[in-house]
Amino acid sequence: MIEINGITKAYDGIRAVDDVSLTVESGEIVTVVGTSGSGKTTLLRMINRLVEPTAGAILIDGRDNRDLPGHELRRAIGYAIQGYGLFPHRTVAENIATVPKLLGWDRRRIDTRVDELLSLFRLEPAQFRARMPHELSGGQQQRIGVARALAAEPAVLLMDEPFGALDPIIRGKAQDDLIEIQRQFSTTIVLVTHGMEEAIRLGDRIAVMDKGRLLQFTTPAEIIAHPASDFVADLVGSADRAFRLLSLSPVDDLAEPGDAQGEPIDASASLKDALSEALWSGRAALPVARHGAIVGRVTRESLIAKAGRPQ
Amino acid sequence: MAGSDLAEEMSGHTDTEFQVNRRSGPDRLGALLVAIAAAGLVFQPFSLFRANRIVAAKPVWLLSALPPLEAWLVLAVVIAASAILLLRTRPALRLIVCALTLAVLALAVGRSGVFLTPPPNSYARVAPGGSFWIVTFAFSIALADASVRLRMSPLGRLALLALTGGALWLLLWSGAWDSLSILREYANRADVFWREARVHLLLAVGSLAVAAVVGIPLGILCFQVRSIRATLLNSLNILQTIPSMALFGLLIAPLAWIGAHVPGASAIGIAGIGIAPAFVALFAYSLLPMVSNTVAGLQSVPREARDAARGMGMTTWQRFFEVDMPLAFPVVLTGIRIVLVQNLGLAVLAGLIGGGGFGTFVFQGISQTATDLVLLGALPTVALAFAAAIMLDALVEIANPVSVRSAEA
Repeated sequence: MIEINGITKAYDGIRAVDDVSLTVESGEIVTVVGTSGSGKTTLLRMINRLVEPTAGAILIDGRDNRDLPGHELRRAIGYAIQGYGLFPHRTVAENIATVPKLLGWDRRRIDTRVDELLSLFRLEPAQFRARMPHELSGGQQQRIGVARALAAEPAVLLMDEPFGALDPIIRGKAQDDLIEIQRQFSTTIVLVTHGMEEAIRLGDRIAVMDKGRLLQFTTPAEIIAHPASDFVADLVGSADRAFRLLSLSPVDDLAEPGDAQGEPIDASASLKDALSEALWSGRAALPVARHGAIVGRVTRESLIAKAGRPQ
Repeated sequence: MAGSDLAEEMSGHTDTEFQVNRRSGPDRLGALLVAIAAAGLVFQPFSLFRANRIVAAKPVWLLSALPPLEAWLVLAVVIAASAILLLRTRPALRLIVCALTLAVLALAVGRSGVFLTPPPNSYARVAPGGSFWIVTFAFSIALADASVRLRMSPLGRLALLALTGGALWLLLWSGAWDSLSILREYANRADVFWREARVHLLLAVGSLAVAAVVGIPLGILCFQVRSIRATLLNSLNILQTIPSMALFGLLIAPLAWIGAHVPGASAIGIAGIGIAPAFVALFAYSLLPMVSNTVAGLQSVPREARDAARGMGMTTWQRFFEVDMPLAFPVVLTGIRIVLVQNLGLAVLAGLIGGGGFGTFVFQGISQTATDLVLLGALPTVALAFAAAIMLDALVEIANPVSVRSAEA
């Protein structure tokens, strides 16, 4: 759990972060979204004390983050950034081993961990261990960057626009990977992004920032349904908010007993996909399948009703 | 079956034909070098004969500079080698042919010394003539070109350099050149020669070492403290523009004062002229490349790598030694290369102010109009600078495998 209490950072009297308080629960993904200059990166960097606050305090699992020397604190917190920051003079394995080495793990434990992480990110260890960063594609570099951040099994992972440099298809895969890994290890993640799309897709909760102030901190559904200000509403965009809302829930939520014709849709697919399919194929209801077996149906009526603004 | 065999044969045939087409026609650089060598052989003497050390030289053409059989043999070797350079031959073959030709030329010019000055005559001097130098130049360029075309690894180039050095040593040690005028000059000054060689290296390498010890930390400081960067680099820039003669002049007064007033200073050779001002001047000229290359090296470290290093919990020192320095090192080494080659050449000027080094021979030779004495100073200087450049280029490449590999990709 990360408790941020009234944190402020001023540069020459200008407040980059202005009295922000929020709490990130353990095992939660919080996305911090805002335009450039909103203070989102400064807020993130104050959690691992790359930036020292002017006022306020940050507690991690109840302990003030100033209890430890900065470098020791940072070894316990994962850190992944845009551009990845891989060390160009070190192999993939050496890059991943950075923090375990700083922590003084023995060699065998480091080697095992490196191979484990490479496999986790679908990179064949024997093939990638000895490669240099410049021999990797952008997507591979990004995965090594996250693997390196996770190497010492941190409870907290800080990410600053980690997918910013990827093309849309690779980015989508990387986002799925992150969600899967987060579920597997229940890592607490704070992720900074400038894209509301990404914030909605990844965040259990979203913190919207502007000019150093926290404007709203709530679930994606709430942000879409009840933006706290015009600024937040603009950031969400009004054009396709109905579909964004639908994209947050799985078909499972609206599945009901009954029959329907045609190709079934998977229970884990999003409501947005279900409605899109129903409209495209002109069907009033779609069969819902779970693990290949038909378990019921979802109706176009219920999907459309769900897409309206929640009360 | 037969049809497909035929087709295969035909395609194989056109392939070879295509290759022959692509490989036909003369090698351009080869043609140019052969033309230069031929012009040298026709218009310039192979040896220069002097009745004594300082009278005007009498040119001797190749065919009269050697016994007839040997002269024709040398000519045949040069012509055969030229033919190989003219055609588009494989780099390895060119390399070997050039090396052999150079060896034959070196032996021939030594033989010419013996042939033109039979032993009892100790006053007459024989020096290599224009055609020797021009043909040697042409084949050396061809050799360098072949080694580039071979894409030799840094270690391969170092080995080639060692081999060349070894061959040169063998040539000198065997006495094959003892009858040539440069070595006659050397024989008269053997002790002095090696003393001056040591002084020359001390001046060039010593001032580089001091410049590195001072310049690298200064560069790091410049990088860390942005406010002093411009001031310091500009001051060093101005220092760099002072002509060396003027700098020697400027140093006379302060160094003479130190020599006279600081106890023990004159005992270690600090005086207005001599080795001290030469050392100080070389050091001053070395500072700018050392400092600016250190700054450039540190600037070349990716910002993200530095941020990631800090974000993962490396301490200031760990970041400096594990990220900043290794990544800046190739650029710093490039600075060392620039300084070393520059200093080996500049150290000749120390001879002007009694500082010693190979410059002593150069300036003595100029004042006595004894060309061979000038060469006794100049040739080792050129050889040293050349060897240093090759050696450090190879080291820079070894230290920086990243950029080389990506350049190949």
